[in-house]
Parts: sequence; structure tokens; C-alpha cells
Amino acid sequence: MADIVPPRIYYRVYVTLLAATLLTWGVSRLHLESPLGVMVALTIAMAKAVLVVLFFMHVRYSSWLTWVFVGAGIAWMGHILILTMSDYLTRGIVAGW
Amino acid sequence: METAPATRREHYLNVNYSPTSWLLTTDHKRIALLYLISITFFFFVGGAAATVLRLELMTPQGDLVQSETYNILFTMHGIIMIFFFLIPSIPAVLGNFLVPLMIGARDLAFPRLNLLSWYVFNLGGLCTIIAIAGGGVDTGWTFYTPYSTTYANGYVILTALGVFIAGFSSILTALNFIVTIHTMRAPGLTWFRLPLFIWAHYATSIIIILGTPVLAIAIALVAVERLFHVGIFDPALGGDPVLFQHLFWFYSHPAVYIMVLPSMGVVSELITCFARKRIFGYTFIALSSIAIAVLGFFVWGHHMFVSSQSVYASMVFSFLSMLVAIPSAVKVFNWTATLYKGSIAYDAPLLYALGFIGLFTIGGLTGLFLAALAIDVHVHDTYFVVAHFHYIMVGGTVMGYLGGIHYWWPKISGRLYPEGWAKFAALMVFVGFNLTFFPQFVLGYLGMPRRYHAYPDEFQVLHVMSSAGASILAVGYLVPLVYLLWSLRYGALAGPNPWGATGLEWQTPSPPPTDNFAATPVVTQPPYAYDTQEEATHVG
Amino acid sequence: MLAERRSALAHQFDDPAQQHEASSLGMWAFLLTEIMLFGGLFVGYTVYRTAYPAGFIAGSQHLDVLLGTLNTAILISSSLTMALSVHAAQVGHRQLLIRFLLLTMLLGLVFLGIKGYEYWHKYHESLVPGIRFSYDGPYQSQVQLFLVFYFLMTGLHALHMVIGLGLLAILAVLAWRGVFSPAYSTPVEIIGLYWHFVDIVWIFLYPLLYLLG
Repeated sequence: MADIVPPRIYYRVYVTLLAATLLTWGVSRLHLESPLGVMVALTIAMAKAVLVVLFFMHVRYSSWLTWVFVGAGIAWMGHILILTMSDYLTRGIVAGW
Repeated sequence: METAPATRREHYLNVNYSPTSWLLTTDHKRIALLYLISITFFFFVGGAAATVLRLELMTPQGDLVQSETYNILFTMHGIIMIFFFLIPSIPAVLGNFLVPLMIGARDLAFPRLNLLSWYVFNLGGLCTIIAIAGGGVDTGWTFYTPYSTTYANGYVILTALGVFIAGFSSILTALNFIVTIHTMRAPGLTWFRLPLFIWAHYATSIIIILGTPVLAIAIALVAVERLFHVGIFDPALGGDPVLFQHLFWFYSHPAVYIMVLPSMGVVSELITCFARKRIFGYTFIALSSIAIAVLGFFVWGHHMFVSSQSVYASMVFSFLSMLVAIPSAVKVFNWTATLYKGSIAYDAPLLYALGFIGLFTIGGLTGLFLAALAIDVHVHDTYFVVAHFHYIMVGGTVMGYLGGIHYWWPKISGRLYPEGWAKFAALMVFVGFNLTFFPQFVLGYLGMPRRYHAYPDEFQVLHVMSSAGASILAVGYLVPLVYLLWSLRYGALAGPNPWGATGLEWQTPSPPPTDNFAATPVVTQPPYAYDTQEEATHVG
Repeated sequence: MLAERRSALAHQFDDPAQQHEASSLGMWAFLLTEIMLFGGLFVGYTVYRTAYPAGFIAGSQHLDVLLGTLNTAILISSSLTMALSVHAAQVGHRQLLIRFLLLTMLLGLVFLGIKGYEYWHKYHESLVPGIRFSYDGPYQSQVQLFLVFYFLMTGLHALHMVIGLGLLAILAVLAWRGVFSPAYSTPVEIIGLYWHFVDIVWIFLYPLLYLLG
């Protein structure tokens, strides 16, 4: 009935996640100038999240409907960020506004 | 299948009369009635506040209540009406009752969560009532910072807590609807055979799930700032008060679609039944509900045109706000096309539905005026806005709600309401509503600010008209309360399908048995098959 | 017998597959609300970080990167043990299930212990905005804002961890009673989803809060 994922996949994902964490920490020590530094960190974080979602949360093996739910969550999170920041990033471009 | 007793059939109302069987019920139909009692109570609390407001506004001077009291009254009117009446009304009452019936299920997916949502709702309401009893809040229902965080006295945190808790109740209902509609449809009931009421509630539930948590954070931050004064919204400490507005309106604009979409779902059902005609453009109406839900999240900045939001963002929001009118207009055109050459029966539910179409159209068009940046700068924070949203919320949502209550009353109670009185009440509501709120468009355009208890003498005539209308409206709302209660005891008994309507809910007795159907129905026909005049379904 | 009773179909469902699908979708719908809940805080953080880049970097200096990295590793490990407990439930290994649930709880407790230590240390340094805050360095109000969001975001996260621990405890008791089997492992799966979500939130909190400097 439910999808059963073999433990070896979990172990591989686990090691990858730990390695990615170490990588994030290491890159932060390079003190890359913003926005490069934060973009790298977020990219790695997103990759880690994708692994957790696909394998630990079984989405890789789930119905298309589950994919729609996950996609909606990511889309809405991105949407509120982007549209809110569109205000802050365009303030002051025209004098007085 | 139960053995019917010789004297009376067992159904969800008479299966058990004990208080525990009601307070611990997991039957979606009983929970719907529990909600009906709660929200009716809150409606009259909110209405009482409005009564005092309209009495004060009959004279230009602030002579009935002080300005501080007036501020508390319009704040509590807004909070109670929006969070404790409008948002739950149709979904928690009609939605809870009808969603399983309309899809041929025995109950919702999570009956215990359903009961929990009612208790959580009342807990939130209790917090708010205590706050009112303690003296209330005067920030406006919008809780704008920095007034709410720094300067307001009163029970801001307790009221915010009440709203926060009520939000959880809303989320539980929406979660239940989404899962139920996805997983528990009867055999043969494909998505495009679903009643439009179901589409509307599905779309509403999407909005609730994705929007409500942001409101929770917004008011939680107000509470934190109010308690600790750490600068989240305080410019002196580097904060931005407008950030609150972004978080608040990210939910509160889609919230207005939470309030209107279910009502549109009701109207779709009423129009097709009372025109005895298959609804025109079913697919467009169904998809327009989803479009409204999605697009509704893209327009919140139109509440913030004069807040110091960037002009570029404002232009984007203005444009997107125009777009969101399109799916609503699609619905209005399709309803009208359904009525055209229909065989129309002017029963009370249809009177409410027709009222909805006209009044929602006016409200929607005035929304377009407000979406235009330049006009909004002129009428922002005036009575024009007040009139606009009351046309949608009262002329729209409440009319749809009352129409739905009347339409499904025989199914819910097993009784028919007195049609003559119902028509009278519908007429009172329509006349009273327009007399109350149309003058407010004029007032706002002439410059009458909202949330003011005193005003220049030249506005008095319009205000008196508005208050007079409010008194008629009040009668229009009280009359159904009386005759609906009367009908529970003395109304004619209703058969399974007094309206001759299509839909699975009419294929089971009135009132339905606890498990809704003797056997799970199988659906083989498209919805609203009025033209074929055959059985829309057969019980298999 | 308990297993039979528990795996019995709730009356509103037609078959176990429908019940399982509904439970899973229900948890995903709830997680959507959680994404948007934390999302609101992420928006606030992003707004202020964009406005005050130097101030936020200054604020981040006061966080212990080592502890943050360690906690990240601990939480990721707890996700592993959670996934393994789901597997154990699905194949019917009751002993393994209980052990992995307890291990997950232990890792969660260690995480919260470290977090608690961090909070205590901040209190000790007078860096808790609104409660005990005295900071003399540059960008004072901006550092305060950073710390506000630090406490709010990690605090909300910690609250979710505590709730998760409670849920795991209930699961462990039910597992010990033999409630779960290959035919009925849904509660373990869906609480696993919740736990992994809480882990994902931290995966983002870690670089955004700890690695700015």
C-alpha cells in the first residue's frame, strides 16, 4: 500500500546531507561577498531540502497530487517573498517615492 | 439499513437528543448546526455594534458616544463580522452540512477535526468577547502599526489572540474540505461533474490554507512588539510599519475571496435550480473559482497605495487588481445567460440570488474604481471604500448565505419555511441594504472619511438615509430568525426534494439519516441535468 | 487484537487505501500552512536583512557557528532515524521501530538542549531583546532586530520540535503496544512528514542566521 524505500537510500541521502552541511559551513568561511555568499548558501540549503523532500518524505515515490501540494507550497513561499520585496527594492527609485 | 420505527423515521436530528450527543458529535450535519448557532450569535453582536454606529451617525456632532468609544465600536464591528461571521458562515454551516452530501460521502475525511474546529472557533470567540467586555480595542479591524503596537490602549493582544485562534479553526475546516473533495467522491463523480458549490469551497479552502498562517504571523508580531518593544514595526528602532501591512493584507485580501467565493457557489446552485436550466458555462464558472483564488493572492498592495509603498509596486498591484475582476465577471455573465430563457420561479432563494448578482456587480465595479491608483488616492479611507466592501460582503456574501439557508432549509430541518414571509424578508433586506449603503458611495466621493463619528453638516441627509436603511435592514434580518425557528415546530414537512433540484443531496430524505445515504450513490450524469428531466443519479 | 482494532477502517472511509491517502494528503495540507507560517517570518527577515546588511552580519557574529553546525548535523541525523523508523513500521519490525523512534526523540532532545544552552548564553550576555538587552557596539537597533528574528524563528522552530517530541512519544507508546504493522503504519509515516518538515525549516535557518559573518 505505502511506498517502502530501502534503507540504503536513506543512508546515502544522509551522508550527502552531512557533506552539504559541511560544504555550507566551509563556503561561509571564505567570506564571499554578498550577494554571492548568500546565494551559494541558499542554493545548498535548497538542494538539501530537495533531498529531504524527495527521499525522506517519499515524494519521489508519491502521487502527482502530492507533487502539486509540494509545488504549491514552494510557489507560494516564493510568491510572498518576491512580491513583498518588489515593494522594498523599488522604493526610492523615483524621488519622493 | 435501519428499520424505520412505525411512527417516525430515524435521522441525524432525532437519533439522539442528549446534550453530549450534540457537544461530542462527529456528524458533519450536527457540527454545521452548532456552527449555525455560534455564527448567528456573533452576527447579532456585530450587528449591535453597527446599530450604535448608525445611531451616532444620524447627527453631525459626536453626541451619542465619545470618539474613543466610537473607535472601539467600529473595530469590534469589523473584527466580529469578518472573523467570526463572514469567514466561517457559508463554509462552516452550509459547507460542513453539504460537502459530504453533495459528493455522496458518509462524512468528511476527518470528523473529529471538524468538531475540534468548532470548539477552537468558540475559544477564539470567547477571547474576543472577553476583550469586548473588558473595554475592547480601538485600532480598527486592520490593527495597523505603530498604533496597535505602541500607542493603543485596550485589549489588543487578547483580541489578536482571539483572531489567531479562530484562524486555526478556519484552517481545520479547509483542510477537511480539500482532503474530502480529493479522496471521497462517489463512484462516477469526476471533477467536472461536481456541483459548483463544491468547486467554490475547494477554491476557498486553498485560500485559507495558503493565506491564514501569514495573518497568524502578522498578529503574533504585533503581540511581540507590543509586549517587548523591540522595533519590529517601530521606525525609531529601524522597523517598518508597512511590513505589518504587507503581512496583514497578504491574507486579508484573499480573505475577501474566502468570504465571497462560497456565496458565489451558493448562487450558482440557486440560479440553475430556479431557472430550471442547466447552468451556462459550467467549466468556466468552475475554473473561475480557482482563478479567483490564485489571482486573489497577487493584489494585496491595492490596500496600500497611500502607505508609502513604492509606486512601481503599486502600479503592478493596480494592474493585477483589474485582472482579478475578470473571473468574477465571467460568473456574472454566465449566471445571466443561465437565467435567459429559463423557466424562472421567484421563490425566496432566487430573490436572494438575484439580489446577489446585482449588488455584487455594483460592488465589483466600484472595486475597479478603487483599483485605479489615481481614483484610490482620492477615495482611500472614505465612505466610498466602506460602501464598496459592504456591497460585496453584505449585498453579496450575506445575500448568498441567506439564500442558501432558505434553499437548503428543508434538507437541514425537514421543514418548509413560510414562503410569503421569506419573500417579504428578502425584499426588506434588498431595500434596506441599498438605502443603507448607496448613499455611502456619494458620501465617500464627497469626502466623508471613514471611522469618523462626527462630520460636517452637509453630510447629514445622506447619513440619515443610511441609518434609516439600516433600520429596515435590521428588520429584514430579524424576520427570518423568527420564522425559521417557527418552522422547526410548525412548518410543513418537507420531502426529499421540494425544489425538484438535481444534486446528490436531494436524493436522500429530509432530514438525512446520520450516514447520509442508504447506499453510496453512483453518478452517471453531468451536473444540473434539468433539461433532460430524468433522474440525475441512481442509487446503486 | 489492539492492532486489529487500530487498523480498522474509520466509518467514513470505503477502504484502507482511501484512508491512507486521505491521512497523507491531510498532513501535506497542514504542512502547507506551516510553510506559510514560517514564511511570514522569513519575509520579515528578508526585508530587514536587505535593509541592514551590515547590521545583520554584526548580529550574526554573536551566534556560535559551531553549535549551530552541530545542531544541523543532529537534526539531519534525527531525520535519518525518523525515516528508518517509518521503514521499520512498514516492514513490521516492532523492536527496530521503537528503537528508532526513541533515537529520534533523543536526538531531538539533544538539539533542544543545545538550543536551550544557546538561549541561556544569550541571556547571560544580555543579548535577549525586550527581556535583557544591553549592547554597545555599532548598529545597535539593527543587531537587536537580527536577534529578534533569531529568537522568533528559532523559538517557533523549537516549539514545533517540542510538539514533535510529544507526537513521537505517543507513537513510541503505540508502537510498544503493537498497534503498528505493515497493514497500518500511517501515523508513523505522517508524523515522519511533520518531523522532516521541521528539519527542512532548520536547514534554511542555519545559513540565514548563523553563517552571515
